[in-house]
This record gives sequence, structure tokens and C-alpha cells, in this order.
Amino acid sequence: MSEVIGNHIIHKYLRHNKKFPHVLCPGCGHGIALGALIRSVHCLGLEKDDVVIVAGIGCSGRLAVYVDFNTVHTTHGRALTFATGIKMAKPHLKVICLMGDGDALSIGGNHLIHAARRNIGITALVLNNNIYGMTGGQCSPTTPHGSFSMTSPYGQLEKGFDVAELARAAGANFVARGTSFHAQQLDKLLIQALQHPGFSMVEVVSPCHTQYGRKNKFKGAVDMYKWLKKSATPVERYAELDETGQKDRFPIGVFVDNDAPGLEEQYYALKEKMRGRKS
Amino acid sequence: MAAGRKKKRKELFALGNEAVVEGALLAGCSFYGGYPITPSSEIMEVMAQRLPKNDNGVFLQMEDEIASMGAVIGASLAGCKAMTATSGPGFSLMQEHLGYACMVEAPLVLVNVMRGGPSTGLPTSPAQGDVQQARWGTHGDHSMIVLSASNVQECLEMTITAFNMAEKYRTPVVLLLDEITAHTREKITIPREDEYEVFNRVVPTMPPEWYKPFEETVRGVPPMPPIGSGYRFHVTGLTHDPNGFPTSRPEEVADLMERMFRKIDQFLPQVSLYEEYLCADADVCVVAYGSVARSAEYAVEQARERGVKAGLLKLKTLFPYPRAATEKVMGHARALVVPEMNMGQISREVKRVNNGRATVRALNRVDGQIITPSEILKAIMQV
Amino acid sequence: MAKEKGNSKVTIYPDWCKGCGICVAFCPAKVIELDGQGKARVVREEDCIHCGFCELHCPDFAIVVTEIERCPK
Ligand SMILES: Cc1ncc(C[n+]2csc(CCOP(=O)(O)OP(=O)(O)O)c2C)c(N)n1
Ligand code: SF4
Ligand code: SF4
Ligand code: SF4
Ligand SMILES: [Mg+2]
Repeated sequence: MSEVIGNHIIHKYLRHNKKFPHVLCPGCGHGIALGALIRSVHCLGLEKDDVVIVAGIGCSGRLAVYVDFNTVHTTHGRALTFATGIKMAKPHLKVICLMGDGDALSIGGNHLIHAARRNIGITALVLNNNIYGMTGGQCSPTTPHGSFSMTSPYGQLEKGFDVAELARAAGANFVARGTSFHAQQLDKLLIQALQHPGFSMVEVVSPCHTQYGRKNKFKGAVDMYKWLKKSATPVERYAELDETGQKDRFPIGVFVDNDAPGLEEQYYALKEKMRGRKS
Repeated sequence: MAAGRKKKRKELFALGNEAVVEGALLAGCSFYGGYPITPSSEIMEVMAQRLPKNDNGVFLQMEDEIASMGAVIGASLAGCKAMTATSGPGFSLMQEHLGYACMVEAPLVLVNVMRGGPSTGLPTSPAQGDVQQARWGTHGDHSMIVLSASNVQECLEMTITAFNMAEKYRTPVVLLLDEITAHTREKITIPREDEYEVFNRVVPTMPPEWYKPFEETVRGVPPMPPIGSGYRFHVTGLTHDPNGFPTSRPEEVADLMERMFRKIDQFLPQVSLYEEYLCADADVCVVAYGSVARSAEYAVEQARERGVKAGLLKLKTLFPYPRAATEKVMGHARALVVPEMNMGQISREVKRVNNGRATVRALNRVDGQIITPSEILKAIMQV
Repeated sequence: MAKEKGNSKVTIYPDWCKGCGICVAFCPAKVIELDGQGKARVVREEDCIHCGFCELHCPDFAIVVTEIERCPK
């Protein structure tokens, strides 16, 4: 088995002129997801100069400033649009989007499905905490039916999105789901995603105790990780369960694994062809 | 198309929108991201043909105008000269990102071919209703360069100018056209290479560890490296310090805001573009821009024939408002006529400069029709 | 990746620890506890099996687990 790629590695990728600890709450799953992202970049041997983190607005988006890559903190919901411009202009760069669930699926839902459809070579991380963390706990498009938030004080009546299913339907090349509790698996999923051509999306189920847990009968951050441990089920095993078995569980793992060429590959190949050279 | 014979300038019979593309490509535009909308779509369609053939050209049709501006800013950060074009409804959608571009000092060109509004308005009719929106449409206090063009040749020239200003001052530049200018087809001359200037953004030359992306410089405009060139830094729409890190410390906030204003204000004479036509001895001066300036030119000539000393101040820069040029004509003109296809968006600027010295007569039309020379002539003769 | 007990050094940076308790709750060898100030503290380092969980799941990158370095005998 491979060696633990621990925090001594991560520290090398943090910005030393930023104040630590970071601004996120104690136990916030987003920090764990950031760790997994850094380890994946490290394991793939990518140069810092070649990595671009494009973040949206939310607690999730706040992560970008802490890492020593090219970092762009954009507007709420629109990270993928900036990333698309960057990737098309500089296709050799590894462009990674960090978005929250509100960010990627509510205000930015249109951009998510179109990025997936056009298969642009971006790896998108959706840090799904089922809530608007940054703005104080309003419901998001992934807040589960029946759960409580500042704007669903009597229980959410709407259904939540299945993020992975949405990305699959929109045509993403690679779709996976992990959790902040399963950090090692998350490393592997991110490594796969980063190596994929075209659009890859990894949903990271990431606890927000401050805004979601407290309102939904979780005793503390740890309690939320215990819930993840219990309910996240490898997709293969999940598929074998009957309906009662699947209840209160959700699948993690790889859902879509295609390798259609990314838009930027196709575009530059077309340019070459038009210049009359062999591509 | 005539084969490019040496020394001879190429001539084209082009729409205003097509001339924008010619100008953009001469200026070095290598990225277009947009969403179709009348009456700007020809810009996008011609770009779709031309950019893929260019060395580094990238063309993208995005899912909406918000995405278009996002992609354009991304490409700009990655080192491209980037642009988009739209019309009223799309311009409204672009406002949040226009402000983002101001804040992160991303050079880009946004062409807005104005049509009747508000809302879906008059998609195929001319108007000049977005002038103040171009200046103040995005939230927060900010500088903005807004240019205009009144004929097809100027569409080409002002697009080059727009790119040059964007690159020089690290700022978004809005070029306002109206439906008439955009859809007029006339002969234009493509300037020879030695006949126009192209400015490329200044890139840093110090070692990366020393580079501060938003630091004050002599010009007030920090150098800007393309993403991926070894200068790793943070870009954010949050108010930031010279390193690009978010800050709310009052002195750092003030420094940033003041620098962003100063970097454009200190170049006012270079940024304020206008043309004077028969202004030197004018008693009555028309202040106009866009297609209306063409009608005004004709009206001024007719007024002269009738013995009225009329002149035309044609504005090519709308913002920062060319105050000095206006004050100059006010020195001798007893009356100013400001014809506009809106309810008075530039005449209010003229009145502010005027300070009660001359009579300012606004001539407004908002029915989707062009203001004719005879209407302007009538106003000249009346004041 | 679990290793033998007694070979690992667990370092916690108290300045970065926010006391969320994740490391405490999930350490299989109960190596870490929260102290009176609500910061994680190593109490049974000798039991650490170097599973890596605490290091991978600390949201604040405040834990480093390394092998104890011994001079060759
Ligand atoms: C256009 C716009 N609308 C609203 C906001 C306010 N806002 C900031 S973050 C946010 C929601 C964040 O939730 P999510 O994307 O789930 O991220 P999290 O904080 O949970 O990680 C909202 C609504 C904004 N910044 N911009
Ligand atoms: S509010 Fe929630 S998402 Fe935001 S930092 Fe706190 S725990 Fe994380
Ligand atoms: S996981 Fe990290 S932040 Fe949380 S208690 Fe342990 S050391 Fe502290
Ligand atoms: S490495 Fe494993 S055994 Fe050792 S302290 Fe961390 S969680 Fe406990
Ligand atoms: Mg959220």
C-alpha cells in the first residue's frame, strides 16, 4: 500500500503569507476536501504554476486564497464560466473549480449543465453541505426534503437535486461522489477526475455543522461524520441493496467514466486542420 | 475581396458590426465569448468564422451573457485580448461581471449595440438608452471608460482604441453603438500596419516572488502576467490588498479604490476623445454622438448655409465625460443643442459642465426612430 | 498502511487546532484527547498505529504523523 501523504506535504502547498488557521468553522468538511485536492495534485506531480483554482462564492469559495496555485475567486455561481475562458485560452493548464452546492446548482446550475454538455476540460468539485453556509444557513437546492434551515423553518417542501445524476444527465465525462469522511477514497476519486479528459465532476458530501447540523438534530461536527460513516455506501454495494436497505444511505464512488475528448482538444485540433497541417 | 496589394490600403464594403470585427482583429483580439442578440449578432457570427483561423484565436458561444463575460474575463486573465458584444437585455445581465472586471482590473472590450428599451423593447430599432447604464450599471463606485462610434469607419477605429485603452489602463472598456451604425453598410478603409497603434498590456519583469499584482506603480496600473506564466497570485472580487488578498482595513481599502480611480483620471486628456466640426466660431453648438452625430453634421452645414454660425462637438468618449472639450465650446457658444435617442442621458452631463453659462437645449426622441437633420436644424434655428 | 505501535510521532500544532474533535473521536487507538482549552493533545503516542486517519481528516491541517527517527545502533 502506498505511503500516507500527510500534512507535511499539504503544508508545502499552503500560502505562507496567509493567516492560518483558515476562516472556516471547526470541523468544517471543506477543509478536508481541500486537503484531498492538494494531495491529488501532489500525487499527479503537477507543477504549481500549471494549476488554476477557480472558486465561486461561499465558504467553499473561500478555500482558494489559501493555496499556492494560480487562484481566482470569482462571482457567486459563475466559477465555471471563468474557468471555461481560461481553459480554452490556455489548454495546457489544469483548471479546477471549487464550488458550493448553492453556488454550483442554484445560481450556477445553468453553467454546470452546459460545462458538462460541452465537455470542457475542467475538474469541478462541488462541496455539498446541503445548505448555504456562508450566508447563514438558508436552504439550498440540495437541502433534503423535510430538513430544516433558516428559510425552511417548518421543513423543506421541495426535493433536493441528486448532483451526480444531474451531471450524468448533462453529459459529464466523469462523475463521482465522495465524502469528507472518506478522505483516502476522495484522493483517489480526485486523481481519476484530474486525469480525465473533458469535464469531470466530483461531488464531495461535506458536513456543515454550524448551519445545517445544528438545525437538523446533529449534536456536533463529529456526529455528522458519524452519519457519513454510516450512510455513505460504495456504489457497487448500494446497487445490491433493496429499497429499505437503500433508505437512509447514499452511494459513493464512480458513476460515469467516459473518455470523450474535451472541447479544447477538439477546438485546437480543428484549428490545426484548418491550417492545413495534419493534426 | 481585393487581394492585398502592397502599399495600397484594403477597402471593404462592411456593416458597422463587421467593422468592429476588423478593428478587433487588427488590435489583436484573440478571444470572443458571446451570446446572440439582435442587433449585435453579426459581430459574433463573423468572429465565429474568423477567430478559429487565427493563430491563437478562440471563439466560444456561451450559454448566456453572464457566462460570456465570465469566459471573457477568464481569457483576459489568461493573457488574451478578449471581447464580447451584446445589446440591451444582455448588457443588463453582464453588469455584475463588468464590475468584477473593474475590481480585478481585467482588460476587455464589451460592445453594446443599443436598441430600444427598457426590457425587450424594440429589438430592431435604434436607441441610445444605455448611456448611463454603461457608466453606472454595475454596483459600487468605479471608473468606467465608455466610447462610441458614429459611422462604420469609426466602428473599426474605436474598437482598436477600445482595446488599446483596456490594455493600457487594465480596465474593461464599453463601446456603445446603436442599431443604425451597426447595420449601416458602407465603404471603409482598413488602415495599413503603420497607420494604427496597438498597445499590449505591460507584463511584470521582476522575479515572481517580488511581484505584487495590485501594487501602486508610477502609472497607477500594475503590470499583469498571464495565468500560468510563473507568477502565482490570487484574484478576487473582494476588496483586496496589493497582494490580492481580501482586506477590509480602511487604509488598504482606500488605497485600492483611489488608485483605481486615479489610474484613469490621470490620463483624462488621452482618454477624452472628440471631434470638433466648425466649432471655432460657433454661436450654437450641437453636442452629439453615435448615428445622431451624422444627422447633426448635416444640420450644422445647413444652418451655416442659412447664416447661423453652428458647430458640432462629436463625442467619441462618453465617459469619463469630456468636460474640457465641452467647456471650450461653451466659451463662445451661447447655446448648445444635445440631440439624443433617449430622454437626456448625455444632456444631463452637459448641463452639469455648463453651470448655467449657456442655454442647453435637449432634443430627445424615444420612438425607435432616428433623429433627422431637419429636426436638429430646427432646434439650432430656434435657440 | 497501519504499522506497528511505538514507531510513530504525532505532532499537533495547537495554534492551528480548532478543537473540532474529529481526530479524538475517530482515532482507532485513542491516542488523542481534547485538553482543558479545547485543543487536541497527544496522550498515548505509543499506541499510535500510524493509520493516518487523524492527519487526513483534520480540517485545519494541524496534525502531522511521522515515523520516529532513531539513530542507527
Ligand atoms: C449574485 C449573488 N447573490 C447572492 C450572494 C450571496 N451569497 C454568498 S455565498 C451564498 C451561498 C453559499 O452557499 P453555497 O454555495 O452552498 O456555499 P457554502 O457556503 O455552503 O460552502 C450566497 C447566496 C452573492 N454573493 N452573489
Ligand atoms: S458555515 Fe458551514 S460551510 Fe461555512 S465554514 Fe462553517 S461549517 Fe463550513
Ligand atoms: S482534527 Fe484537527 S482541528 Fe480538529 S481537534 Fe483534531 S487537531 Fe484539532
Ligand atoms: S495516525 Fe491513526 S492511530 Fe495514530 S494518532 Fe492518528 S488516528 Fe490515531
Ligand atoms: Mg453549501
